[in-house]
Order: sequence, then structure tokens, then C-alpha cells
Amino acid sequence: MTPLDYEYLRKLLKERSGLDLSADKQYLVESRLVPLARRSNLAGIPELVQKMKGGAEPLTSEVVEAMTTNETFFFRDKIPFDHLKELLPGLAQARAARRSLRIWCAASSTGQEPYSIAMLLKEMTALFTGWRIEIVATDLSQAVLEKSRAGLFSQFEVQRGLPIQMLVKYFVQKGELWQLNADIRGMVQHRQLNLLQDLSHLGTFDVIFCRNVLIYFDQDTKAGIFAKIARMLEPDGVLALGAAESVVGITNVFRPYPDRRGLYQPSSAVARAGAAPHVLKAVASAAR
Amino acid sequence: MRTCLVVDDSSVIRKVARRILEGLDFQITEAEDGAKALEACKRGMPDAVLLDWNMPVMDGYEFLGNLRRMPGGDQPKVVFCTTENDVAHIARALHAGANEYIMKPFDRDIVTAKFQEVGLI
Repeated sequence: MTPLDYEYLRKLLKERSGLDLSADKQYLVESRLVPLARRSNLAGIPELVQKMKGGAEPLTSEVVEAMTTNETFFFRDKIPFDHLKELLPGLAQARAARRSLRIWCAASSTGQEPYSIAMLLKEMTALFTGWRIEIVATDLSQAVLEKSRAGLFSQFEVQRGLPIQMLVKYFVQKGELWQLNADIRGMVQHRQLNLLQDLSHLGTFDVIFCRNVLIYFDQDTKAGIFAKIARMLEPDGVLALGAAESVVGITNVFRPYPDRRGLYQPSSAVARAGAAPHVLKAVASAAR
Repeated sequence: MRTCLVVDDSSVIRKVARRILEGLDFQITEAEDGAKALEACKRGMPDAVLLDWNMPVMDGYEFLGNLRRMPGGDQPKVVFCTTENDVAHIARALHAGANEYIMKPFDRDIVTAKFQEVGLI
């Protein structure tokens, strides 16, 4: 790969997906794109780049998808899910009048995260009987969304983070694979979405999981996405970020949730708490 | 340091499991069947047992029943680690008092996840 080819790919990936590759990531590009070039009957990356420059849009989309990281597993890092479980009774109390809850998993990859939330909610059925629960799973990659929709996971995948009791309770064995029951799959809606584009059509949410995706973006892009997410989160809503991510030094629109590592709340909620404390108090008291 | 008894009739599996669990700061003892594992438990209860199902002399399922009936035998976290990977076997193991279940083949990620799940990491 020539330095010019690498620069072309860096620029394209930044524009299309926000992926911010440093100058020393040629090895990563080669490891992901050489197999793609061969599958496309091209000799290597220079030929791949040449074809992309010629306007091969489906190939360009495949390149962007191949460069995104889809590492995920059920109940990843565990703590955010434990926190969510503790906060849900308060949210239920705060939403008792409207009896609906909207949760968004941005960059949901192959589905382990939204389905973990779906199972967690299923375990709390008594709290949400008769409620309209929406879990919206979005990702840039159509391929991972299709895998997620199918709800089929390998033996390896169901053993990373998923308690064995939940495997028995919510999955059916299909040969070498395990498939989530239809009622859990039915709780999750899938949509293709690029976080760099307008997100307002998704509406507002009570809980947003945006984990292990912003680490790939530069500071300005992160700040822009945080600003968009803040407009989509209810004032007393909760944002969950990945274990290696934070808002500190990037944006003031969110603040760390007190005593809840990995969770954040809109800064406006902190200011509003003095004037209209009932909702936050309900969430806080249930959290204790 | 926490202790784990690795019970498997395959010396290769015991060696692989030992390497992974020592990397997770466990002190390891080994047994090649359920009967020898029970003797080891009588000498001292481990914090965890990584347990194969199919073994000569006494299989893992029978060992688990005996263990849970022993004084202090309710304490160790028992993680099955077996090629029996169907729902019926998993349900039987849980009913008999297993805490977690690994379907072979396994790797470090899976062992780590399962030992986290039972609260030992």
C-alpha cells in the first residue's frame, strides 16, 4: 500500500464513519482490506483503492464496514447492566403515567448489547407489565444488523458474559448455534444508522447505550455526537459509555452519574433538579 | 489466593485449565476423576471446582451430588466444563447445584467470563 493510498483510505473512512486512523495503522488497514480485495478478485489494496476512486459505491461501503470493529459480547463489562437494573425501578416510577420506555443502543453490532437489555427487562417483567417497551438497535453495518436480527449466536458467543441460567431460559439450541427466543428478538428493532448523520428522526430516549464506539473518533467528532445525543435523551435519562470512554474534557452536556461508573446524565438535569426534583428523586431513591 | 480444583481425566485439559486459572491468580490442585476429587475436598474445600462430566470411576455429575451433601460442600463454586453441550445436560447440572457451565472447547475469555459470573474474579 502506498502512502497516497493510505491517505485516501484515512480520509474516506473519516468522512464516511468518523473512524480516526492514526498515521501508524497501516497494518490494521492491510489486515482488514487485503482479504476483502481478494474476495473481490483484486490483486491488493492499490487495485481496491483504484476501483473505489472509479466510483464503485458497493465496494466502498464494504470497505467502511470491514474497517469498523464489531467486538461485543453479552452483558459486556457487567457493571453498566447492574447499574441499569438498579435504576429501572426509578425510571418506571417516573414514567408511570405514560407507561412506556425507550432505549437506544447506538453501534449495537451483532446484537449482544440490545438483547442483554431485553433479557434484563424480561427479568423485571412485573415492573413493566402492559408497558410499551422499545429497544432500538442501530449500527453502521448492514451485515452485523442482519446477524443481530437473526438472533443466532455461536457456542463461543453465548459463553462470553451470558449467565448459563439465561442461556437455558431464553435460547433454543439449533445444531451448533443458539437462537434467542422470538419474544426477546421481538423486543428489539433494528435500523441502519451513521452516527455522523442527523439522528433526530429517532426521537427521544430514556436510556442510551453508546459504548465502545466513540473511542474511534477524534475529539471534535465525539463532541458533536455527544451534543446530538444530549438532544435525544430525556432530561432525567441515562447515558452509558464504554469502560474506556468518558465525557471529561470533551463536552459539558453530560456529567458523570453520581456513584454509577460508566453512566452519565444530561447536565441540564443537574441544573433542573432544584426546580423540578420529583423525577430525579424518584430515580435516585430507587437507585439506593 | 483463591483455590481451584481442576477435575478432568485428560491431562492435556488439566494442563490448559491450570495455565488459564493460574493466570487468573488461582492456586490449582488436580484430580483425574470424581472419586479422587472427593478425597481432595475432604482434605480441604477449594473455592472453586472446574469439573468435567464424563470420567472413569466417578463422573462429574455424581461427584457434584456427593460434594453438595458433604459438610461445607455447599461452599465451592462448581463450574462444569464438558463436551455435553445440550440443554438437558445443562439443566441437570444446574438442578444438581452447579453454579456455571462451560461447553468445550473453551478458551481464556470463556473461563474468565464464567469465573466472573460466579463472583470469584
